[in-house]
Amino acid sequence: MQPTKLSNEEIARYSRHLIMPEVGMEGQRKLKQGSVLLIGTGGLGSPLALYLAAAGVGHIGLVDFDVVDASNLQRQIVHGTSTVGVAKTESARRRLHDLNPHIDVSAYEAQITSANALDLMRPYDVIVDGTDNFPTRYLTNDASVLLGKPNVYGSIFRFEGQATVFSSRSGGPCYRCLYPEPPPPGLVPSCAEGGVLGVLPGVIGAIQATEAIKLLTGIGEPLIGRLMLYDALGMHFRELKLRRDPVCPVCGDHPTITALIDYDAFCGITQSPPPATGDDEITPRELADWLRRADRPFLLDVRNPYEAEIADIPGADRIVPLDQLERAIPEFDRDRELVIYCRSGVRSGQAVAMFKRTGFTRVKNLVGGVLRWSDDVDPTVAKY
Amino acid sequence: MPVTVTIPTALRQYVENQASVTLEADSVGALLRALTERHPELGRHLYSEQGKLRSFVNIYVGDEDIRFLDGEQTALQGGEQVSIIPAIAGGR
Repeated sequence: MQPTKLSNEEIARYSRHLIMPEVGMEGQRKLKQGSVLLIGTGGLGSPLALYLAAAGVGHIGLVDFDVVDASNLQRQIVHGTSTVGVAKTESARRRLHDLNPHIDVSAYEAQITSANALDLMRPYDVIVDGTDNFPTRYLTNDASVLLGKPNVYGSIFRFEGQATVFSSRSGGPCYRCLYPEPPPPGLVPSCAEGGVLGVLPGVIGAIQATEAIKLLTGIGEPLIGRLMLYDALGMHFRELKLRRDPVCPVCGDHPTITALIDYDAFCGITQSPPPATGDDEITPRELADWLRRADRPFLLDVRNPYEAEIADIPGADRIVPLDQLERAIPEFDRDRELVIYCRSGVRSGQAVAMFKRTGFTRVKNLVGGVLRWSDDVDPTVAKY
Repeated sequence: MPVTVTIPTALRQYVENQASVTLEADSVGALLRALTERHPELGRHLYSEQGKLRSFVNIYVGDEDIRFLDGEQTALQGGEQVSIIPAIAGGR
């Protein structure tokens, strides 16, 4: 292969890299020849995409199926107010082209699945996991192991982050060695439910970008076999040892997973809707009518009290956060009609199921929660 | 000798929002039993109904995963830092 040559414009652009012997012309050429696939163009994917593009990684692939929403901009810095409503891959592609026109960006506006993962990942040197859910994390892991590609991992929750490099090719552990199985759905809240400090993915994404650049250039000590933990509130970094598990089903000595599987099923996610059925549901318009009548139901909010300060449905009789609900159930009147709501209808759906398990029958979930109430009943209620 | 257990953000709500809890115990298993007796709701998140440590929660003594030490029998001298590290998936 012809050695990649840098143009004078590129030399001027990358001069702060070129004058460091650890990177130099050789390292910069490796970056230009290198390719990275970013799975997810959100909180982690934003700083990753920006720094990798700025560093001169020659080919960056972006996989995301989502569209930029105003609530993303608190942390997803590759997007902007002008691209709200635009596909995230296209929004990021525009920003990266402006940042560095010398690189190629491939945008895949799709969800990564067992059907397309291997084809999407095959052309790239390094895979970066910036996804937000367990099924995609296990999928990304297994496909990286099967293809023998390093997987630069990062994940975040509220004020805490984790990062490491999974590289079975170099004898390191994989994600399944760290966590053999995912938590059941609903047990671990997502960022949409639990919140996230906007700058947190900046820190973890920048660690991932650093590791991707080190892998491409071959410099330094990669974060293989070490789990970096970051606590933003205490401002602590800690490092834990990670080991390859010889009985790991995908990277162990006798692997039993040799092809991609159904990751939704593996993570306990079924396609059928949550336990609440039609009889257990009520729409915001129906509820608004009912609340005006004399036989109005008891209205229970299962969000955290600080969420009620952000946006609320007038007339809530009581607030009990979902994680404290079990203890409070005996205090409710079984003979009174009860309607439960939350932000989007997910937590209240779980709450309805809890009431039903303890024998309550007159319980309904407000479908779509406060968000749909804002759409259908009262647009002055803020969406968050 | 007291041992300090670091509680991750995701589980602090089950231990009255404390970032760490200090207890006396001579093994990891005894430490976790003492912790979950004091905070029963935490127990449901750490142990399955069969009483096994859940596979999406790792326990570290210092920087070592107890799965690569003696598991819950791992002895504690006192003064160690024990950490509960659950799987988190956020990224957006």
